[in-house]
Amino acid sequence: MLDRRDLIRRAGLTALAGLGGGTFASLRTLAGDNATLPFGNGERPLVAYPGKRPLLQMTARPPQLETPFSVFDEGAITPNDAFFVRYHLADIPTEIDRETYRVAIKGHVEREVSLSLADLKAMPTTEIVAVNQCSGNSRGFFTPRMAGGQLANGAMGCARWTGVPLKAVLDKAGVKAGAVEVAFTGLDGPVIPETPDFAKSLKLDHASDGQVMLAWGMNGQDLPWLNGYPLRLVVPGFYGTYWVKHLESISVLDKPFDGFWMQKAYRIPDNDCACTEPGKAADKTVPINRFTVRSFLTNLTDGGQVKAGHTPLRGIAFDGGSGIKAVAVSTDDGKTWTEARLGQDLGPYAFRPWTLDVDLSPGSHAIRVRATANDGASQPMEPRWNPAGYLRNVVETTRVRAV
Amino acid sequence: MTRITLALAAALALATGAALAAPKSYAVPEPTAELRAPKAGMHAEGFEAAQANCLVCHSVDYIAMQPPGKGAAFWESEVTKMVKVYHAPIDAAQAKAIAAYLADTY
Repeated sequence: MLDRRDLIRRAGLTALAGLGGGTFASLRTLAGDNATLPFGNGERPLVAYPGKRPLLQMTARPPQLETPFSVFDEGAITPNDAFFVRYHLADIPTEIDRETYRVAIKGHVEREVSLSLADLKAMPTTEIVAVNQCSGNSRGFFTPRMAGGQLANGAMGCARWTGVPLKAVLDKAGVKAGAVEVAFTGLDGPVIPETPDFAKSLKLDHASDGQVMLAWGMNGQDLPWLNGYPLRLVVPGFYGTYWVKHLESISVLDKPFDGFWMQKAYRIPDNDCACTEPGKAADKTVPINRFTVRSFLTNLTDGGQVKAGHTPLRGIAFDGGSGIKAVAVSTDDGKTWTEARLGQDLGPYAFRPWTLDVDLSPGSHAIRVRATANDGASQPMEPRWNPAGYLRNVVETTRVRAV
Repeated sequence: MTRITLALAAALALATGAALAAPKSYAVPEPTAELRAPKAGMHAEGFEAAQANCLVCHSVDYIAMQPPGKGAAFWESEVTKMVKVYHAPIDAAQAKAIAAYLADTY
């Protein structure tokens, strides 16, 4: 096993051998830069994994990496090398032969099939721009806090995904009458065999809606290894837990999937707000599903200082697929609101950029951003709470001082 | 294949970034985080049991990132989850010692 110094030295050499700019930055980062997220125990090393720029390392084994928030100011598409990484179990694939790689479609089907990447790429392809967001994105901001991955707002990203509709793949196998769900597993698995393997399921209607897809492409390139190379599930509008990486099997079921990761984990309170009184358990739960609507200011940092006067503001908004209808901005902590201008529409599942020019008088300002979706949903002014720390979508506040 | 076509293929691979060679592998950086030492003269057994068990399945940054000062109930519940849900082969006495060490150290 390499020690940390070896690792740094090796990475440094690689960086030196690399072409183009950024070498100094990479070296500096690999030599031990840290970032601190704004909650207790929020110190994170910035680590550049192969194929990734320096990201906030939440955990090393399995790798879990958060995107530094400044990346979201770069545009509505999150670059592949900045896209967040989330795994559950530490036996992740480290060797994949794209020639022999196969995904199996089995279970309650007319004929089991096993498809190679070439088989899939020979089928009519489809593309969608969609946000992937971790269920636990922003968990570190809940009060009271709870156990789990302690993330700020960087476990989300928006990419253009290329692949084939899951429906077309299911049709190749022929779904038998009586099928109700489809379950998915990936090449990642547990360290000890007794640990429940990671597997998720979707209702058959959802799985065959023509939008859920098997993607090999992300922003015009192969999927990054840590984002599910060579093939992952893309479930537009649904939390990342369903976007199974390194797809291994697709099983059509004639009864609801009873796996741990659906029946026990990733559950939200079964009520209108999907919330409970802070600190309290839910009486009844359902599997987590669609994103709640969110919006962010990306070009100013909380606690920062700006020049008083004319200030351009910009950011992003998204929801679970109805699309963003409006974004309003307040520079006085929610007393008055001004409609922002919406930017390029990359589709209802994408980050929707917004801009607004404001005039900031000298002094402190609490800038708040609130999106309304086409389905009428908006963001609450006060945060809601649930036991697992999911679905956070409070109207965000960015406090700045204009001087 | 002739040498010329090989060279062409290599040039093409370079030009397009296509990976002709298989299999492809990924070198995951090794974890560097270590468990915090227990308070002087305390929790030797729990610290040792944590070293021997927790690291089997995950790096210990999982522990260090949890909210600070959550206390005994929080850490007992976490250790219980590791045993009951993820089936970590830890006996009851060890589990108790690990939870006590974590509650007092994190």
